[in-house]
Amino acid sequence: MKAFPLKIVTPDGIRFDGMAEELIVRATTGDMGFLAGHTNCVAPLGMGRATIVVDGERRYGACIGGMVSVMNGNVTLVPTTFEWAQDIDVARAEASKERAQAVLDNKNASETDILLAKAKLRRALVRTAVAKTK
Amino acid sequence: MATVSTKEIKNRIRSMESTKQITRAMEMVASSKLRHAQTKVSEARPYFEILLQTIRDIVSTGNGDDSAYLIPRQVKRTAFVVIAGDRGLAGGYNSNLLKCAMEQMKGKDAIVLPIGKKAADFFRTRTIPVLTEEDNMAAEVSVGDCFSIAKQLCNAYLREEIDEIIVIYTDFVSVLSQVPKTLRLLPFEAEADAAGKAEIEYESGCDAVLQAIIPEYLGGVLYGALCESRAAEQAARRTAMNAATQNAEEMIADLSLKFNQARQAAITQEITEIVAGS
Repeated sequence: MKAFPLKIVTPDGIRFDGMAEELIVRATTGDMGFLAGHTNCVAPLGMGRATIVVDGERRYGACIGGMVSVMNGNVTLVPTTFEWAQDIDVARAEASKERAQAVLDNKNASETDILLAKAKLRRALVRTAVAKTK
Repeated sequence: MATVSTKEIKNRIRSMESTKQITRAMEMVASSKLRHAQTKVSEARPYFEILLQTIRDIVSTGNGDDSAYLIPRQVKRTAFVVIAGDRGLAGGYNSNLLKCAMEQMKGKDAIVLPIGKKAADFFRTRTIPVLTEEDNMAAEVSVGDCFSIAKQLCNAYLREEIDEIIVIYTDFVSVLSQVPKTLRLLPFEAEADAAGKAEIEYESGCDAVLQAIIPEYLGGVLYGALCESRAAEQAARRTAMNAATQNAEEMIADLSLKFNQARQAAITQEITEIVAGS
């Protein structure tokens, strides 16, 4: 399969820089797939699993926020956070899930707290789900 | 010869020794923090550069001209994000930065979002309006905080409460050189691209993409600037403490010499007295 140059860059450093055959990410409007020769394109990202095919091998990552862009055949993924499935700290994600759940169960929580907790819960759910697919 | 009492000199040497120990310890702490901050800077730089490049690409294709972020409007109120340190004893780090900030603010209706205790105190005593109630400690601001600050700023910008956003931070040029810098975040400066308009496909529309990406970009830039500032602060502190340690050493050497002279003078005097008496 034809490969294309892919870069995954987060504020914590470069997570991937090399040739990939396929990239599937969760955009705000749904999953998007990229193959070599994709037209120039920019899309904001949601939260979800990213699938990257390198040398026929599928790799998974939890990809949250940011954007993906294709410019003249170069694909750049610029998420706010990105963790490979094997790097995810499941215990931490579970703990954060429980903490968020506790806030949501609390009837006296303020609106901003609930919004924050919802976002945290979603992130934690994505992480645990991705960690299980490795 | 009217000698200074040896006891007095001894006391001074002792106090100098302990000062030297403190400055040396602070130098060590700053060095280790600097190493940490330097790796953070090198990690954050590519992100920052790629983000900027992508936004430039979008803007230069001219597809986002009708986005509220890109339309230039008359600047009435400018928001300054000023990133300084939490603590002093870092040479000219804080004062250089704040001086630069004051120069930038001259003649502008400014509102400040200080990051770092020193910046917050500085603007409060000068009664310059500050955006946040609580102090943001420079050492404790995380990536997530940067993104939420960016979101707040973007919302205020869209509501036209502020018309310009400028960040003032210290650029970590090298371990020996740190320069205060200003960077305009919004309105975004569109550079006319000679290459002309490229066709770009925007998922869910160009405006929506910019709407989602600009706060992201702002957060990324803020985080990058914060990393630079932190590294610069530690580097400045290390240099300052190194100089302080050296000064202390010099003074100790000087005082030791005086101490020996005084002791010798006392002995000589004693001998003269004995000889004269016999």
